[in-house]
Amino acid sequence: MTSQPIRFVLGNQVVEVAGLPPTTSVLNYLRTVARRPGTKEGCAEGDCGACTVVVGSLEAGQLRLKSINSCIQFLPTLDGKALFTVEDLRQPDGSLHPVQEAMVDCHGSQCGFCTPGFVMSLWNLYEASPKECELNASQVRRAISGNLCRCTGYRPIIEAGVTMNRRRSAVLDRGSTENLLRVLTRASTFVYSADGQTFHAPRTLAELVELRSRLPGATLLAGGTDVGLWVNKQFQPLGDIIYTGEIAELRQVRTPGGGIEIGAAVSLNDCWATIREKYPEFDEMWERFASEPIRNAGTLGGNLANGSPIGDSMPALIAIGAHVVLAGPRGSRTLPLEDLYTGYQQTAIASDEVLASVRVPKRGANLRVACYKLSKRFDSDISALCAAFSLQVTADCVTHFCAAYGGMAAVPKRAAQVEAALIGKTWNEAGVQAAMSRMADDFTALSDARASAEYRMTAAQNLLYRFFLETRREGALAPAQLRVFA
Amino acid sequence: MHKAAVSVSASALEACGVAHPHESARLHVSGEAVYVDDIPEANGTLYAALGLSQRAHSRIESIDLSAVRAAAGVIDVILAADVPGTNNCGPILADDPILASTTVSYVGQPVFAVIADSQYAARRAARLARIAYLDLPAVLQPEHARAQESFVVPPMARSRGDAVAALTAAPRRLRGQFKVGGQEQFYLEGQISYALPTENLGIHLHCSTQHPSEMQHLVAHALAVPSSHIKVETRRMGGGFGGKESQSAQFACIASIAASRLNRPVKLRLDRDDDMMITGKRHDFHFDFEVGFDEQGIIHGLRIELLSRAGYSADLSGPVMARAVCHVDNAYYLENVEIRGLSARTNTQSNTAFRGFGGPQGAIAIEYIIDNIARELRLDPLAVRRANFYGSAPRDTTPYGMTVEDNIIAELVTQLESSSEYAARRTAVRDFNKTSPILKRGIALTPVKFGISFNMVHYNQAGALVHVYTDGSVLVNHGGTEMGQGLNTKVAQIVALELGVDVARVRCTATDTSKVANTSATAASTGTDLNGKAAQDAARQIRLRLATLAAEKLGCAEFDVRFAANQVVAGQDGNSMPFDELVRLAYHARIQLWSDGFYATPKLHWDRNKMDGRPFLYFAYGAAVSEVVIDTLTGEVRLLRADLLHDAGNSINPAIDIGQIEGAFIQGMGWLTCEELWWNAEGKLMTHAPSTYKIPAVNDCPADFRVALFRNSNREETIFRSKAVGEPPLLLAFSVFFAIRDAIASVADYRCNPPLNAPATPEAILRAVHATREIRP
Repeated sequence: MTSQPIRFVLGNQVVEVAGLPPTTSVLNYLRTVARRPGTKEGCAEGDCGACTVVVGSLEAGQLRLKSINSCIQFLPTLDGKALFTVEDLRQPDGSLHPVQEAMVDCHGSQCGFCTPGFVMSLWNLYEASPKECELNASQVRRAISGNLCRCTGYRPIIEAGVTMNRRRSAVLDRGSTENLLRVLTRASTFVYSADGQTFHAPRTLAELVELRSRLPGATLLAGGTDVGLWVNKQFQPLGDIIYTGEIAELRQVRTPGGGIEIGAAVSLNDCWATIREKYPEFDEMWERFASEPIRNAGTLGGNLANGSPIGDSMPALIAIGAHVVLAGPRGSRTLPLEDLYTGYQQTAIASDEVLASVRVPKRGANLRVACYKLSKRFDSDISALCAAFSLQVTADCVTHFCAAYGGMAAVPKRAAQVEAALIGKTWNEAGVQAAMSRMADDFTALSDARASAEYRMTAAQNLLYRFFLETRREGALAPAQLRVFA
Repeated sequence: MHKAAVSVSASALEACGVAHPHESARLHVSGEAVYVDDIPEANGTLYAALGLSQRAHSRIESIDLSAVRAAAGVIDVILAADVPGTNNCGPILADDPILASTTVSYVGQPVFAVIADSQYAARRAARLARIAYLDLPAVLQPEHARAQESFVVPPMARSRGDAVAALTAAPRRLRGQFKVGGQEQFYLEGQISYALPTENLGIHLHCSTQHPSEMQHLVAHALAVPSSHIKVETRRMGGGFGGKESQSAQFACIASIAASRLNRPVKLRLDRDDDMMITGKRHDFHFDFEVGFDEQGIIHGLRIELLSRAGYSADLSGPVMARAVCHVDNAYYLENVEIRGLSARTNTQSNTAFRGFGGPQGAIAIEYIIDNIARELRLDPLAVRRANFYGSAPRDTTPYGMTVEDNIIAELVTQLESSSEYAARRTAVRDFNKTSPILKRGIALTPVKFGISFNMVHYNQAGALVHVYTDGSVLVNHGGTEMGQGLNTKVAQIVALELGVDVARVRCTATDTSKVANTSATAASTGTDLNGKAAQDAARQIRLRLATLAAEKLGCAEFDVRFAANQVVAGQDGNSMPFDELVRLAYHARIQLWSDGFYATPKLHWDRNKMDGRPFLYFAYGAAVSEVVIDTLTGEVRLLRADLLHDAGNSINPAIDIGQIEGAFIQGMGWLTCEELWWNAEGKLMTHAPSTYKIPAVNDCPADFRVALFRNSNREETIFRSKAVGEPPLLLAFSVFFAIRDAIASVADYRCNPPLNAPATPEAILRAVHATREIRP
């Protein structure tokens, strides 16, 4: 198949790119090819936000904007999209955009290196907020949760975000971008080749499965929030790439029979929006799950299929009984999520299969759930450990209990001995204390830069105890009495 | 609140004392501010990357570079033997090889440089070398170096009175140990140098550095050419924090060596992981102390040993230790004291400057000791702090013999105690803890006294150039560097005030070693004190020349000529003419419209061997109250509220000063809480990227954050009687650490001292909670 140029909107016109390696990052393209050096590289791993840009795509015919980390976004994923950088914000008369003015007035920049990234995160929030809406600090904090600033201590930047809407004057001409994007819409697989490497972006699940079988050595790419690092930090040759981001079937959320079915390519932020309707208890975990731009780019399927023992979505999903649907040439099959993991970063997904969706059953009556994440920092940190619990108690007797942990073993894993010690017993202090002592039968924790084995074991037990305090029949403690961030 | 707290001097400062935005703010927000990597590249530019040691301490047996040289895009490989001049980039001692030759001394040490046609090609190729190592014994912990008496500089000592006798006679005594961790600077813009060869063996080096003159000298030595051949230019840095004071040199030298050798422009921009693996950080310190005190908590005698992790070479570890020794007193009078400072040689990164430069480490030791004394005596730590504050003679001399003449700490603390409602909140915290089984709150008020000037007297000098063009526009160049601290903004305000023109007319240009020569590092918080004075001197000379002409034209006495609001006026409301007009006339009258300026800080003297004298012109003061909540099940912590009151003297720009104070506080909080450097058993730093090394993010900024400037005027004749503000407020973050300790102490009813070291990560806090419960009497 012949290579097609990457076509996207930049500076309100369609740009066509050919000849650059498929793993060229959007950041490197901007800085070295497009001569837009306003976007900065701070870490090249999606953890500092200096490279934040905004990507627009058509969803149901309407422009939707998302902030992303351009350092780990491969350029061909922009095909059919619109890219906005800090250079696009000045008004036609050359004056600063209200977001930029607010940053100046609030003294929101010192060294200025992180500033374009903050401006783009704030601009994304500005564009997403309705006209006369006053923004509150928590919205602003969430929008800039992926931007590090080493100079200001953030206070003036939060203030800029809160006040930027007050003199709302400029808004993006969405219509003109939508018109340009409509022309760029593709009906069939996008194929881009350069440097002996081919990037495939199929449009249907069937095409994806067919490509997967045909190119068993190819790298499957979803949000790229991990794969980007394989290139930037590990110099791994990826071979051909199959991108899952343009398959409508994988980007759907459905709610069959009171349950939830989430396509593998649904972004983590969209996933949160869906799951929180049934499980608002997980809000704090989602809030702490990576950062806004990583949740915009990263997908649920990517997080699950990547199989990291410290992926944040697994404990919560295991605790609520999620199953994964694997699609392959022989049709599809369904597995309980915890059975997906067979070893360190190894899964039960066959070489010709893809993870297509996640099914969450209807929430049971009286089901109590919680998910707790422990890390050194609230925002955008990787878990030292993450624990999720679900519980049903009938007439004082535990009829259902699930304890799922990340960071405690080579895979996300249920604490089988702990669970067994509780099921059928009374949900009381003595029972929980006894179950806590079984934790060492389930896990042998490791020591690393994030935490020692001792801390992980103690905290794993204590989080179970926290869940007990939150759910016990007599004298249950409110979240604000149990969690410093509640 | 900011404006109310700003005092304006009697001369009705028009340009100073005003919250002008940062001179580059509009460029920052539009992405138009140019950093080194944004400079349009010259044709033929090549890219360098470094091959790093994989061992902590080894002899290099052989280096096989065949795969590196064969890799796509590779143009050249440079080894130690290829350095034309001196293979050293150490700022004080010649113990920092630019490239390691026979021995590697830490994991991450640069061994060779690859030059290629793209940055990615260079980085990828740098991984392909095969180096055979013969391992040597590695010292990975400062305690082990101490046991072997292996130090990078000779031990330092300072004593006053008879500490041993005072300890023996004191009613009560305590011994203890305390550790505080290191800290990565984490400037958002990594280290970068871009070297362009110029004619006749010259190099034009664009470098992200706090010390262009030192880069110039070290590059000249590396290339074996005179300093006059090397021009170093720094427009701005994307953050420095001390990390680009000496340690930009290695990259400046390598880029220059490659550019010179290949006669092509060469850029060396470090990947973040490489930057963190190679460069030094804030020194972690271990303290061992014995203190004697009375029932009021007044310290009678103190013996303390400070042990720092210097890393594999001296770098700035000597001066860092000297400043630490000079800050063990913080705001307290120590009558009988014995201080020892040991800079341990370890096979880890060579630790270097970081905002505070040993001062925070020295001062937190005494705060820890006072915290211990207070709990031992069941007193409010604030009462013990007060009892020990510097006062009037004889309680007004520092251990190093300097009289504290500008002491305002008691007044400042009283104001903060009241504005923060410390007493009521302390009671409320204790009440909360009685009824809260899992979450515990803590509160602490800590003071700061920080010495301003370089400890080395001769660094305290600066030069500037001011040009007035015939259209009345003004250009300023000075020896200081802009790293976000707002130096250029303040200097522009000072020059604008001196010439009576709008700040918008004054443009600050890149620091350039071919303009002002032999500059000092922009460090030790002295940027505005030194360069502001030098720029004022230059502008004043021009103004005086113009005043002579104006007096003639306006028909008044020279001393009656006023320069204000872009006008030159005779007397209060006499004849006037526009500044531009006067400048044009001056040009035609052949009057020099540009000038240099110079400043040397007065009153300083320092005997570095005896550690005695007046190393500082003055002290900056401040205090903070922090309230935290901790989770005794997990060790998680959250800062609920912080109240800061800081002395910036007569603030030249309150917005910039507030920005420095808030930023330093959050940065200091990171050092003491979430930022943890972790090396594995082989001596490899495993926290070498933001994925594993966590600086504060937005939700670490407290929802309730109250910051004010203390109304004060510098007793010394500094620029507009302002005070330096870069480093001192970092120490305000002590309040967070001691609030955490207060919260932990609640689990044993405040009857014992929680063994908490910094950083107070959730794990450290949980461990201290358990330990505190166990030692409960």
